[in-house]
Amino acid sequence: MMKPATPSQVRVVTFKINDRDVSARSDETILQVARENGIRIPSLCYVEGLSVWGACRLCLIELNGDSRLLAACSTRVEEGMEVLTDTDRLRRYRRMIVELLFAERNHVCAVCVSNGRCELQNLAQECGVDHVRVPYRTAVYHVDASHDWFRLDHNRCVLCTRCVRACDEIEGAHTWDTMGRGINCQVITDLAKPWGESKSCTGCGKCVQMCPTGALVRHGTSVGEMEKDRGFLPYLSRMREAEWE
Amino acid sequence: MTDTQHITVATAWLDGCSGCHMSFLDIDERLFTLAQKVDIIYSPLVDAKELPESVDVGILEGSVSSEEDLKKAQEFRRHCKFLISLGDCAVCGNIPGMRNLFPLDAVLHRAYHENVQKNPQIPNVGVPRLLPTVQPVHGVVEVDLFVQGCPPPADVIWHVLSELIQGRTPDPMTLTRFGK
Repeated sequence: MMKPATPSQVRVVTFKINDRDVSARSDETILQVARENGIRIPSLCYVEGLSVWGACRLCLIELNGDSRLLAACSTRVEEGMEVLTDTDRLRRYRRMIVELLFAERNHVCAVCVSNGRCELQNLAQECGVDHVRVPYRTAVYHVDASHDWFRLDHNRCVLCTRCVRACDEIEGAHTWDTMGRGINCQVITDLAKPWGESKSCTGCGKCVQMCPTGALVRHGTSVGEMEKDRGFLPYLSRMREAEWE
Repeated sequence: MTDTQHITVATAWLDGCSGCHMSFLDIDERLFTLAQKVDIIYSPLVDAKELPESVDVGILEGSVSSEEDLKKAQEFRRHCKFLISLGDCAVCGNIPGMRNLFPLDAVLHRAYHENVQKNPQIPNVGVPRLLPTVQPVHGVVEVDLFVQGCPPPADVIWHVLSELIQGRTPDPMTLTRFGK
């Protein structure tokens, strides 16, 4: 998690997002300030209340006069910066990122329990993914239905690690982690044991509520029935911060 | 389009469930309005047996799973000025595409040997040969417009056709998405 700056270091900075003047605390990120000002930047792995991961790259932004693209979730604001959130170049990259997510695993929306309530599906629509231009990998992934209440479907996982972070940082159990590199990366429970055999899992279900897709769901849900509630997470996070202080 | 008032339309279903065509019929009384502006000259819904030489709009439902699907998709591309991929099977492979996780031999064996009680045999007379991999339509020919949905809602199909009739290019992404 990005450590909050000590109060003496915090200043107010003013800068521009899409030619609009905004002001913010110097310890805020571009994504936070954009949200406070109602400026939409698509994102997937960022969740308020969890540490910043910067993995999905959907919140990429451009800085005027800088050819590099920066992730808005992990870039602190600076005095005078000119942020662009919706250029042709960014739209092109965002669409490609979503297409690659669809091509990497087997997201068949029509038969998914999260159909109609899925962040990936919504992002595809928002980013104009009317079809996927690269060939699908169609690699075989397993479903772990060993847990009494929940199910893990690797076919629909986008490796945002929101489950990993929620379990570690909010529940404090650290049942989830990732294993393998690159295309072989997968989320695991305990030391890659079936979820149902996990000794550390408390069964709290925060990972399920956090998951943006149909990768982590409740048993007994049919197509389109898996509704998730994420509202509790920022609240729990704030309560914990208050405890630490 | 040659005539913005009266356009010719051809439709076909490849490896799909015909649900997209049913959704097309679900535009209900708007079919009468459509009939005044559109000639459906080739389709499972009409009698014509051969695809005419030139068609304004071709609409393909279903994925490309067999040699016949491939032939039909290529034929539609040759004959149609504007080709539409209708529904998730055509756009992304969808349910038929789920067999791509297994080798074709295993799929056929599962269907025609493991799950039959009498005379297990793989049909090879009068049926088209399956392709090793199921592909979306744009995997084999160029497509001009993608209409997602399983099936695309009737209102989306109506939007697409009525925009085309008026000589405009429709934008179905605002109305539909994968799995809708």
